[in-house]
Amino acid sequence: MLEITDLAVSRGNRLLLEGLTLRLAPGELALITGPNGAGKTSLLRVVAGLSQAAAGRLCWQARALQTGDPEYAQMRIYLGHQAGLKADLSVTENLRFLVELQNHEFHSDKLAACLASLGLAGAEDRPVRALSAGQRRRVALARLRLTAARLWVLDEPLTNLDVDGQALITGWLGEHLRTGGMAMIASHAPLASAAPGRCVQVELGT
Amino acid sequence: MNSTGQAMLALARRDLRAALRRWGELGLPLMFFVIVVTLFPLGLAPERDLLGSIGPGVLWVAALLASLLALEGLFRSDMEDGSMEQLILSPQPLVLLALVKALTHWALTGLPLVVLTPLVAQAFYLPANATWVLMLALLLATPTLSLIGAVAAALTASLRRGAGILGILVLPLALPLLVFGARATDLAVQGQSATGPLYLLAALLVLAITLAPLAIAAALRISVD
Repeated sequence: MLEITDLAVSRGNRLLLEGLTLRLAPGELALITGPNGAGKTSLLRVVAGLSQAAAGRLCWQARALQTGDPEYAQMRIYLGHQAGLKADLSVTENLRFLVELQNHEFHSDKLAACLASLGLAGAEDRPVRALSAGQRRRVALARLRLTAARLWVLDEPLTNLDVDGQALITGWLGEHLRTGGMAMIASHAPLASAAPGRCVQVELGT
Repeated sequence: MNSTGQAMLALARRDLRAALRRWGELGLPLMFFVIVVTLFPLGLAPERDLLGSIGPGVLWVAALLASLLALEGLFRSDMEDGSMEQLILSPQPLVLLALVKALTHWALTGLPLVVLTPLVAQAFYLPANATWVLMLALLLATPTLSLIGAVAAALTASLRRGAGILGILVLPLALPLLVFGARATDLAVQGQSATGPLYLLAALLVLAITLAPLAIAAALRISVD
């Protein structure tokens, strides 16, 4: 359970949003929309733990969150505009590192199955440098399936993906929510269909 | 082994791999070191006394500048591809990850410098025992330099052109290393015991290992915010 109470987010000296209160229970999706510059990314960075909130409180499992809370860090996955992949390393090396960094077990058979469903079968040893932007995004998204994280914090996860890729990720999201996961996503895509009846819409900048 | 230890090893492995796949970039500071050091004997009168007396100082200044050259890329690529966000968000203590990054950087840039030193020391007619002392002093000073440099690199990581500022930030802080390092080498050239300055270099290293990771971690959080 993620509880956001009276949150204010600022960037530089500009207050982007204030008074945001939101409860995210297992199985729920918070879909954040709003025009460019409304503070979607800044909000997600605060929730992820990259930036400090200007005011307000974040609670995870009824515990107030401090910077670098290890339990929250293990259970939350953040995927921003940058994929967090090293161009010189192979797909496997990248994903293995990211999964182990988050204290999750890495299984290469799981990776193979995951890459196959992403249409990247046999790409395990290819350097990320050699992949297209859409393929890199797919590799970055593979992390969602390779860890047991309960909270997904995703910033425009469908960027660069083709129609099939978008459908695939929407499917993953639905499965994640059905098994009691939570997600907070900034996106203009119609992701609400992944969580029928359990989607909280947060519209910023209005 | 616990999970933090595993993650630290994994980070070291990842950084070493990524760097060795672009070994051309790794070689640049070393080439710079060798070239700068050999310019002096060529430019000055090739007299044994003159070269012997300026040798230790030249070697130390060149080593400092070469390490500085390598520093800029320490966090830059992690910043650009978003890996830094993932490191900061990981359940591992950022202080330890920062220490691993700085020490891996030293293994890739400082250690080769130490290994190259006996070759370039020949250009200054350094006696064998002084060369050993010089190597030992560099072995103690270069990790300190990597750690101090990592603090500055972390602070300037979000700046577009941080290289110039990096030099201004790091070189004054590196002065004690230069003073004690050159002194140790000097004493050895004169045939005296160099243990005093060497102990001081070791003390500085311990100090840097203890304090620098805290500063690096704090600076990285600020740079990413």
